[in-house]
Amino acid sequence: MKPEDLLFASTHEWAHVSDGIATVGISAQAVEALTDLVYMELPAAGATVTSGEPFGEVESVKATSDLYSPVDGEIIEVNTSLPDNLDVLGTDPYGAGWILKVKLSGEDALAKLLDHDAYQKQNAEG
Amino acid sequence: MRMAYGIILSSESLQKTALHDWHSKHGGRMVDFAGWSMPVQYSSIIDEHHFCRKAVGLFDVSHMGRLHFVDGDPAIKALEKLTSRRVDSMKVGQIRYSLMTADHGGVLDDILVYRLSDVDGKPFTMLVVNASNRQKIIDWLSVRLADEIAFDDQTFSTAMIAVQGPLANRIVNKHSDLDPDSLTYYTGATAQVCGHEAIVTRTGYTGEDGCELIVDSNGATEIWENLYADAVAAGGGACGLASRDTLRLEAGMPLYGHELSETINAGQTRLNFAINLNDRSFPGSSAIAEARENDSLPVRVGIEMEGKRAARQGCSILIEGQTAGTITSGTFAPSVQRSISMGYIDPNSSEPGTSVTIDIRGKHHTGRVVDLPFYKRET
Repeated sequence: MKPEDLLFASTHEWAHVSDGIATVGISAQAVEALTDLVYMELPAAGATVTSGEPFGEVESVKATSDLYSPVDGEIIEVNTSLPDNLDVLGTDPYGAGWILKVKLSGEDALAKLLDHDAYQKQNAEG
Repeated sequence: MRMAYGIILSSESLQKTALHDWHSKHGGRMVDFAGWSMPVQYSSIIDEHHFCRKAVGLFDVSHMGRLHFVDGDPAIKALEKLTSRRVDSMKVGQIRYSLMTADHGGVLDDILVYRLSDVDGKPFTMLVVNASNRQKIIDWLSVRLADEIAFDDQTFSTAMIAVQGPLANRIVNKHSDLDPDSLTYYTGATAQVCGHEAIVTRTGYTGEDGCELIVDSNGATEIWENLYADAVAAGGGACGLASRDTLRLEAGMPLYGHELSETINAGQTRLNFAINLNDRSFPGSSAIAEARENDSLPVRVGIEMEGKRAARQGCSILIEGQTAGTITSGTFAPSVQRSISMGYIDPNSSEPGTSVTIDIRGKHHTGRVVDLPFYKRET
């Protein structure tokens, strides 16, 4: 997926919505800022996620960060191979580095997300 | 996610070392560290960690406070009354790690005391203190030292470069009229490095061999660039504060604000080599003696985790469901390839091998008490 086609949370997660299913990941900028990822804790399929609420954690050498859901819904698939292949987050954050697929319970949360330009602008402003 | 370390956008209010421009131009991620704009990393922390373990790492440690006592002999006698360790027995050329403690035995700072001679052979005394404690120690000394024991704060007029790793001394030797290998551990001398007068000491905070250079700010960039070129050619490079932290943690070395603080009695730190109570009196000495006899005070230990999750500062240590201590530092350790931490634990549970549970962000993880250090270089 191209980053231009994605929606971004201000907290650096991305979502791609198609047919009521959102694919969720974290942005290239977030991975670059974190560096040295060592661990990722992910929920199981079937769990519900709420926009703005943590659904997992990613740990780098220097800190642990919460992952916030950009959407509302039920997790239908988890990229369970990711925690053992964290390098993928650096090499292909918008493709093989996807984290969750979520069946949306509503689309209200999508209105709060940024398009790629707005997200880049946010990062440039710090 | 929320970024734990913000990149500084405006560093106008922060102090800058003589190497600040170099760091900025070479990808240094500058953060506020104790009021200084310092590079936390240039690229990958793990890569920088391995520069130091496998080749050579260069660290700008100019933010550390450097207090210079011109009149070396009276100063060392006066400081003897304020340090946890004997310093008046030091010969010229020696350096000693010591604590400074308050009357209640709490740790004000951990410091290096230098007794060296200048280019003319005249002895001087110097203290290197933590950046975060510099003003506190200046104030503490100013009240307690007689007026004639004068010292200059040379923190802003000098720079300090740590060159650490198995190839460190070899690289410095190429640019110096003094071979750092000719110095024994914890000694130093005044030398010429890249044509600049420098204090060269065989000291460091990484668990590797190497040396530290103290030079006039004007010479810092030239020395750094020469050493950097050789370091890169040798498979090393510049290292930020983040790898300095993973390196010192593996080496089991305490960090002020984590393992050391005014609320931790020096007797709890198990830094026995740095505390000498024999026929000595210094602020806190009797409180430290009492703390050592008190078997209810938590003591410093190393803890290794079963999984990769890092137990970090503030995490509770549990034994059989009961709180038994607190973690003071922790990280995933690149050389030992495990998650390691230090903390303070009930002395009755401090035996190596003791199984512990660590509460990491609300979830329980298993670890065990281990001997320090986690990493020891091959000699």
